[in-house]
Amino acid sequence: MIRDTTIGAKLWITAVWAITIFFVLNVLAIIATVIVSSLGTRWLGTWLPNAFTLNWYASAWQEFQLGPVLFVTFQIAFTVVALSGLLGVTAAYAMARRDFPGKKLVMFLFLLPLLVPPITFGIPLATVLYQFNVGGTFWGVVLANLVPTVPFVILVMIPFIEQIDPKVEAAARVFGAGTFKLFVHVLMPMLIPGILASLLLVLVRTVAMFELTFLTAGPTSQTLVVSLYYAVFASGVRAVQSIDAMAVIYMVSTLVWLLVALRFVNPTQIVARGNQSSNAH
Amino acid sequence: MTSSTSQETTSFRQKLALRGIDGVTLLVLPSMLFVLAIFIYPFIHGLLLSFKPLREGGMFANYITFFSDPYLYNTIAATLRLAVPVTLLSVLVAVPVAMRVRLVRRQRLLTTLLVLPITLGTVLVAQGMLNYLGPQGWFSRSLMLLHIIGSPLKLTNNYWGVFLSLIITVFPFTFLLTLSYVTGIDPGLEKAAATHGASAWQRFRHVMLPLLVPGLAIAFCLTFVQAFAVFPSAVLLGAPSGPTRVISIAAAQAAFEQYDFTMASAIAMIMGVVQLCIVLIVLVVRNLFYRGATSGGKG
Repeated sequence: MIRDTTIGAKLWITAVWAITIFFVLNVLAIIATVIVSSLGTRWLGTWLPNAFTLNWYASAWQEFQLGPVLFVTFQIAFTVVALSGLLGVTAAYAMARRDFPGKKLVMFLFLLPLLVPPITFGIPLATVLYQFNVGGTFWGVVLANLVPTVPFVILVMIPFIEQIDPKVEAAARVFGAGTFKLFVHVLMPMLIPGILASLLLVLVRTVAMFELTFLTAGPTSQTLVVSLYYAVFASGVRAVQSIDAMAVIYMVSTLVWLLVALRFVNPTQIVARGNQSSNAH
Repeated sequence: MTSSTSQETTSFRQKLALRGIDGVTLLVLPSMLFVLAIFIYPFIHGLLLSFKPLREGGMFANYITFFSDPYLYNTIAATLRLAVPVTLLSVLVAVPVAMRVRLVRRQRLLTTLLVLPITLGTVLVAQGMLNYLGPQGWFSRSLMLLHIIGSPLKLTNNYWGVFLSLIITVFPFTFLLTLSYVTGIDPGLEKAAATHGASAWQRFRHVMLPLLVPGLAIAFCLTFVQAFAVFPSAVLLGAPSGPTRVISIAAAQAAFEQYDFTMASAIAMIMGVVQLCIVLIVLVVRNLFYRGATSGGKG
């Protein structure tokens, strides 16, 4: 490691760290205000609320009908996880193992939905879904959420599959394994960490995906984040603490999966994996 | 007869297999068809729909309305006024911070903390910031305690609320991308420069920066595209009928308040074109710089 010992260099290093710490402190404070507010009775013009209570959680649960909303949220999220796993892993296997004409074009096709922001493609997509009477239903939300998650799984899985020596598969073939047996008994066990990591991230993304769900959800297919948006949007109507209690429930329902996912992946990979492979192509 | 046809089919199969097409290759088809049907088709459909306006005035009526009504065309400027400064600031701060963080052995805690705002999303950040940045919130309170300001700052329901919430959600993304590029550069290159007596600034300017430019261009594009599509925080933290009436608000209003999906599609297409223009400009500028290996070789 190179060490810079001049005063200027030391000042610069201090300034960089000061900015980083200031940023992180603000992020933590933003999250902390939501939690503190959801636990406080009355909070006006002081550093902390007058007293603490858990009542807001009960009232938020009833007011916003969080039971059914959470149920729908996870129903949608797990359907998206299952379908994007099925579509993504099989396609990733083909992309990793075969070199076929037009492969670069197909790769580009898979990259596009990750590069175009959801709100840009969400509006034409919602139009089409409503035309086919899928808009506003459970399956409309699932289809819309699959658009970025299928390519995401493909891009995360390609390097995982490329790591596996093709000789292992050849050996299984020699001993008479068919494609299905090969997949279940040879490939799956080796791919489990990668599949688990990518699907957990898909779960986090789907629970937190606001734009696509907002554009395609009807009253019975709203996920938690969309309900939260409507609650904040009409915030004059309900107590702030009640909305904050709902926000905390949302936070917990996303962060649990993130924490599990982080056991398998490095945080930089959450944003960078897809883009690095896009660079290579 | 039968044997000859079967021979022909095998040879045809073999020819295909030689070009890389066999049963395994076909596994790519379901995903490909899905993306074509649920992503490409809606885009084309939207493009065509935008040329079939509900109102009178020929196929370009939606576009003519957009570019003649200041309430609509000003949304492009309003969005750019948010997205461009946010992107520039994120990239400019991300580079020195990433250069520093790459030297730290235990980056995991910091990167995990930074993933939080990305994972929680803009809606939660907006709700938190309404509390935190409000006149009675901790932010103004702390500054007043330190005697930096006399009265609470007005940071919500205006431009700055949206600006700050974009920074909170976009900077971690830019930083993590930049970090992955910075750590991809062979540290030996910088060491070699240091051995030859280059100062910290010279090492950065003449060794690291040229290698970083392609990655930074990508980071800039992806950050900009995200910032340009700002939606929930512009509604919740900004002044959605005033200075933070961004283009996605105009599109959502056309679709869900006026039920004019042709106009909404037209606005979505305009949004895509503006994003594409900025990305193309950045990529053209990038090509003026050095492109090559980021690892040291024995050349």
